[in-house]
Amino acid sequence: MAVHPAAGSGLVVPGYERPSGIHPPLDFAGYRSTALRAPRRPLALLPHRLTEITGPLLGAERVTPRDADLTAQHEGEPQGQRIIVTGRVLDSDGRPVPDTLVEIWQPNAAGRYRHRADNHPAPIDPNFTGAGRCLTGSDGRYRFVTIKPGSYPWENHPNAWRPAHIHFSLFGRAFTQRLVTQMFFPGDPLFSQDPIFNSVPEAARERLISRFDLDLTVPAWALGFTWDIVLRGRGGTAFEHPDGER
Amino acid sequence: MSGGLTPSQTVGPFLEIGLPWLDGPFVVPEGTTGAITITGQVFDGAGDPVTDALVETWQADTDGRFAHPDDPRGAAAPGFRGFGRCPTGPDGSYRIVTLKPGALPSPDGETEAPHLDVSVFARGLLDRVVTRIYFPDEAQANAADPALASIADPARAATLIARPDPGPARLRFDIHLQGDQETVFFDV
Repeated sequence: MAVHPAAGSGLVVPGYERPSGIHPPLDFAGYRSTALRAPRRPLALLPHRLTEITGPLLGAERVTPRDADLTAQHEGEPQGQRIIVTGRVLDSDGRPVPDTLVEIWQPNAAGRYRHRADNHPAPIDPNFTGAGRCLTGSDGRYRFVTIKPGSYPWENHPNAWRPAHIHFSLFGRAFTQRLVTQMFFPGDPLFSQDPIFNSVPEAARERLISRFDLDLTVPAWALGFTWDIVLRGRGGTAFEHPDGER
Repeated sequence: MSGGLTPSQTVGPFLEIGLPWLDGPFVVPEGTTGAITITGQVFDGAGDPVTDALVETWQADTDGRFAHPDDPRGAAAPGFRGFGRCPTGPDGSYRIVTLKPGALPSPDGETEAPHLDVSVFARGLLDRVVTRIYFPDEAQANAADPALASIADPARAATLIARPDPGPARLRFDIHLQGDQETVFFDV
């Protein structure tokens, strides 16, 4: 396809949807750390051009099978409730996102992160690092074996505790689809006092909560939780190749 | 349509457990012919360094091409990762070693000046913030760039242009999340 500096050059670039009412606002008073970090000026609208509709396609060289089993990264097994966490990475048009890197990190069963800045007086588990990664399959599916993370206190407000969660990092296929989020567990009593969870508009909050799945649960071994992740799609507009070139 | 889109959440203070890679800052290996080093610090609204952020970059290759099937010009040959990732250190600094990208054609017939798309993640950011790094030796191309032109205030647009840094092939790009020098952030 010829590209030349004139209108109607024929360069067709698929725009991704621009969601509203789904992501949290950057400035959210209940979460104190936003006060000095959230930009104060309005964001400048950036139309989707070539840099935004492409993105890193990071491949299998970044991942070994052991990376998806957080209970098998040390000599012994970690303490805690063994769980399986699986689901599909989809775009909002309903298409699976295959071969995309999924990265997770979490605290141990006692709610302690393996990080020098975590001073919560809960035990470190020598058999748990808390980092995992995998690539999605052709159907967009990811799967981790880990232990259920503990809740932990933080200093945001008096007697503040984070609901149990696993951090997720997703690339999708395009810069516009990049997403870092957190997966929660059903029925957590700490939701109501957590400003990070509640920063999400109410209608979209439940999308962050995984579902207990008895079919996924392995008898006498591990509980199963299912959580699908939906990245921005093209708003139902199929990507066109007018010249059939690819 | 939203199709059940998953909301963003902050990376929190412990992203260092899960996200950095040993080779993350090296879009190309150090010593690669033509490699440039972009360094800078991330600052908060009080002017203090942000020591628990992650800076990620994405860019075209030196010919302005992407090894990606959605590039309507056809995918470039694989080999150039195009992606960089660096956590900030105790002084809020990051470093990316890469090649300067080429200019890009735009769907509206304009030409985009060489640039890197940048994501910043940190505790206190409930969603990533996105900016761009442009190059100081591209005055003519920068003047014709549609994204830079969309920023009406020249002083604001200037926050998107890296500064020459002492030393060969070094550029500096500080990121101010807030304050008088607040960097321009984009709604992508």
